[in-house]
Amino acid sequence: MSIKLKGDKNIIPTDELKRRDLQIISNMVVAGSRVLDIGCGNGALLDYLGRNKSVDGRGIELSQSGVNACVANGLSVIQGDADTDLEHYPQDAFDYVVLTRTIQATKNPLEVVKSLVRIGRHAVVSFENFGHWRLRLKTLLTGRMPVVGDDGHSWYDTSNIRVCTIRDFATMCDELGLRVQRALSLSRSGSIRELISTGVIANVFGEEAIFLLTRN
Amino acid sequence: MTANQDTRDPIGLDTEGFSGFRVELARDMPMKLDSGETIGPFTAAYTTYGKLNGPKSNAVLVCHALTGDQYVSETHPKTGKPGWWEKMVGPGKTIDTDRYFIICVNVLGGCMGSSGPSELDPVQNVPWGLNFPAITIGDMVRAQALLLDSLGIENLFCVIGGSMGAMQVLEWATKFPNRVFSAIPIAGAARHSAQNIAFHEVGRQAIVADPEWHEGNYIQKNTKPKGGLSVARMAAHITYMSETALHIKFGRRLQVGDAVSVGSDDNFQVQSYLRHQGSTFVERFDANSYLRLTRAMDYFDIAAEYEGILANAFEGTPVRFCLISFTSDWLFPTEESRDIVRALNAVTANVSFVEINTDKGHDAFLLDEPEFRLTVSGFLDGAAEHRGLI
Repeated sequence: MSIKLKGDKNIIPTDELKRRDLQIISNMVVAGSRVLDIGCGNGALLDYLGRNKSVDGRGIELSQSGVNACVANGLSVIQGDADTDLEHYPQDAFDYVVLTRTIQATKNPLEVVKSLVRIGRHAVVSFENFGHWRLRLKTLLTGRMPVVGDDGHSWYDTSNIRVCTIRDFATMCDELGLRVQRALSLSRSGSIRELISTGVIANVFGEEAIFLLTRN
Repeated sequence: MTANQDTRDPIGLDTEGFSGFRVELARDMPMKLDSGETIGPFTAAYTTYGKLNGPKSNAVLVCHALTGDQYVSETHPKTGKPGWWEKMVGPGKTIDTDRYFIICVNVLGGCMGSSGPSELDPVQNVPWGLNFPAITIGDMVRAQALLLDSLGIENLFCVIGGSMGAMQVLEWATKFPNRVFSAIPIAGAARHSAQNIAFHEVGRQAIVADPEWHEGNYIQKNTKPKGGLSVARMAAHITYMSETALHIKFGRRLQVGDAVSVGSDDNFQVQSYLRHQGSTFVERFDANSYLRLTRAMDYFDIAAEYEGILANAFEGTPVRFCLISFTSDWLFPTEESRDIVRALNAVTANVSFVEINTDKGHDAFLLDEPEFRLTVSGFLDGAAEHRGLI
């Protein structure tokens, strides 16, 4: 059974941010905290957090156009790569380290997640769920790799090179001995489920997941 | 230790055909140099643009490169050419003189009015020549700090500069972190590389091999080591450009005709271009200054004072950094800037870093690069908002 969490004040989506995962994450972050957004794109989340929650935000972005847009907009963002540039940050440098829709594009997700929880007191990871029923069905019926996300990239040009399901990710967190503070799955219809209470259902009906992690 | 003796009102407008100001510093107490020697009193020549605001919070120090000078945004008194950063600095421009008070000082050891080898040694009453003390980037910055003291400016909103200017920016940020709100080191490095020292050595050897150099005493002999300085400039100029830029600009195009004339020593357009660069340079630059300033760059190594660990130089820094590099710059490649970014990340400093895609090489910071200007203006706007200037 799915639990609608729309009444939960902590995760009321913010209309100002276009992406739903960012809407929810922006409400997980405590005002005035230090945030590192890895794969910050055009800086929408950092900009929002800076203006509305007095967050001291930094970003890392792989694409040159994204970095330039961020810095030209007054954000503190560096050109860098989640796979290679996280080792230089000290432990507990940030209150939150955010990695949205990027984990599946990294070469070594395991090391990246370890870095997130080392650098940040909290890590927030969002990713598209390849365990969603529609993707499972499509692969079953058409025999072709699923195409996910807004960009609709095919297997040969998608940036997702390490695809996973919500259960896969949860298992990895277990193996790393991480504490999952919150795990949400989002569906296209707008419902938000707590993974802890819905388990398998979340993995089937969630199109996207957000994990809030800490070291144990 | 500072001197307030100024030959003219430093902040008021004074336009009697004299561009810029000269002030005598370290009158009461000589300034210590990194070499262990002292200098003082000495002269600092500088220009300003815009107006200092009431709280004196809008000062921007522009640091010039090796062969640059203080004529940032006005016609150069010797060459008659536009200022070297006229595209960047001016009313409504990237570094907006309507908003900021911009200061640029001819570096100590330079040859555009600040004390340097071509100026008179006040004690001996002859040109300093090579008796002028060895100078470091640190000495240049301390001299600038004395000038700011004399202007009553305690804090800089921003220190910005490219190449040797970037070295001064980094020196400011590490030695006077509490006087600097934001720093923009462009196309720079935390230390001068072996390759760059090697190129400098070629230039220096060309100068000292010129018989007109006279062991540095050419002014007394009423001559100049033009050939040597010109070769030094030509060699250096190649390092400022990318292979692509040279190819696009000249390729193998000939000066005359449509076939290479075997036996001629003057076939290609790129040759006459370089010779022109060399011959115009010697008209405006002093050879002994070139020796002193290239060495100052070679000495530069921020981490050296911090057990070789660059991050330690930035520990606890309150400065907001924006590093900028250019893809085709092989003199100060992006990796040099990235090393600084990593060190800043290691101490969780506030840092932005942008690599600008361009084929213009090291010189790109002097040229019209829209993406570069957008980066600087965006960063400045963000910093100005935090500083309460907008």
